[in-house]
Amino acid sequence: MDRRKSAGSAVGGKRLSARTAVPYLFIAPSLVLLTIFFAIPVVIAFLMSFTDFDIYSLANLSFARFVGFRNYANLYSDPLFWKAMFNTFYFLVVGAPLTILVALTAAVLLNSKLVRFKSVLRVGYFAPVVATLVAVSVVWKYIYDPHFGLLNYVLSFIGVSPHDWLSNPFWAMPAIILFAVWKNFGYTMMIFLAGLQTIPEALYEAAEIDGAGPFQRFWKITVPMLAPTTLFVTVVTLIGYLQLFAEPYIMTGGGPVDSTLSIVLMMYRQGFRYWQMGYAASIAFVLAAVIFILTMIEMKIQGEARAA
Amino acid sequence: MKRRGIKSFTLTAALAVVALVVLIPFFWMITTSFMKSGESFAYPPVFWPKRFTLEQYTILFKRLHFLRDFLNSFAVASLMTICSLFINSLAGFAFAKYTFKGRKFIFTSFLATMVIPAQVGMLPVFLILRQLGMLNTYWGLILPGAVSAFSIFFFRQYMSTIPTDLIDSARIDGCGDFRIYWQIMLPLARPALVTLGIFTFLGTWNDFMWPLIVLNRDTMYTLPVALANLMGEHAPDTELMMAGSVVTVIPIMILFLALQKSYMSGLIAGSLKE
Repeated sequence: MDRRKSAGSAVGGKRLSARTAVPYLFIAPSLVLLTIFFAIPVVIAFLMSFTDFDIYSLANLSFARFVGFRNYANLYSDPLFWKAMFNTFYFLVVGAPLTILVALTAAVLLNSKLVRFKSVLRVGYFAPVVATLVAVSVVWKYIYDPHFGLLNYVLSFIGVSPHDWLSNPFWAMPAIILFAVWKNFGYTMMIFLAGLQTIPEALYEAAEIDGAGPFQRFWKITVPMLAPTTLFVTVVTLIGYLQLFAEPYIMTGGGPVDSTLSIVLMMYRQGFRYWQMGYAASIAFVLAAVIFILTMIEMKIQGEARAA
Repeated sequence: MKRRGIKSFTLTAALAVVALVVLIPFFWMITTSFMKSGESFAYPPVFWPKRFTLEQYTILFKRLHFLRDFLNSFAVASLMTICSLFINSLAGFAFAKYTFKGRKFIFTSFLATMVIPAQVGMLPVFLILRQLGMLNTYWGLILPGAVSAFSIFFFRQYMSTIPTDLIDSARIDGCGDFRIYWQIMLPLARPALVTLGIFTFLGTWNDFMWPLIVLNRDTMYTLPVALANLMGEHAPDTELMMAGSVVTVIPIMILFLALQKSYMSGLIAGSLKE
């Protein structure tokens, strides 16, 4: 939608001008709610991250004292925080590309003219996306069961001995990643499918006449044409995956030996289990900063790729 | 032509097998929920109950108050959907059809909120709700999440395409601004309302972290919180846990299947407008 065009036509009476307070009244509810439940809280959280706000302050707000950068300094020297950072990035660095790759493969195959019953297949792949995260996490916990779980049963056919996936510090995170790919690839696939539909058929036909094989067509046409879509899904996936919480909360409780403790899970525990709210606020701001920086880097890389 | 047919069949069959693999967890969840206690402790795993029984559901609804949790979830998701559609469409209408001082600035500020993750505000919002006495209430779940920059953006885009002439002529007929919104804009923006309505309902129904923080009285639990709690006490009761998952997931899946078209088109519209 072109904003400038519609603003210009407002002069010609296309947009209602505000002789009254009406438009302000219309945005007032959202403005008020956003101020009380977002803008002010973010500012308070920022201030809070410089205090020792804890369970005593919860009883009496005046007990909270200003401690400067102590929370951030403590965070820096807290091995558990670095563990949580590592785990979250492990989840992100392996999980995000895997999700996008699976989604892209599924989208390209589904987009083929040869495939029948497309809409049924699409809904099947998409089902995990709409399913309640907590409920399917519960289901998968039993799929990973060491004695009666489906995964061990399936793997037994290719000679893999049974594992206690979620109780093993090495395997717990890969297990959560596999679950997350299953849960999320359908969403990314739908976006890719929409992107694929915008690529003109003529490009493929011309390439085929010039003798390009299916792989060449994929690399030289599909991939570059999908670049904007890829940027979008990458940013969305990164931001979503950095907020990993319910999966470890339900499936592992952050264990074993903190091998699946994520940043948000650590923040939740510090803030709402131990009531170390000052400390938790500093974790939240580190998370926000990481999300912001990653998004910026991603935009820059993609921007350069497009310019090149 | 024949080779093409074989290729088409093979590809479709392969994709169908993958779809079945993707759906197996749901299938296993449903059949296991109809087993009697302990029946799923078997190797190789069983996919079909010897005899279908509602034993687990009886325990859930009679002893574990899952009907109450279900109604809580339903009430919260419905109220949230109504409030959020009303508030956001009103703002979207103002941004789409009025010129006023600060319009661009306010709109950009709204969009900018999307950059900051919700977790940042959670600690102070919890304290604010406590001060307002809204912990353990529906409103404590609804008010902090009712405004959505995405929804406002979506409504603005949609309502921009509705001709302003309609509004002008209604005004000449003496129609007030709110009536224009209520009787002209909202009916015309029906597709946007449906799409965002499903998004909101699904998102609220599935939400976990915020209800987990705001609700600590079990009479107020929504299904995901109740299920997480049940996991703490009944983890060894696989069949019971599966029944709990079915009660949580299946209503929302049915809703999705019923309104699939609007959901998918909204999803794609949202990504293209980014």
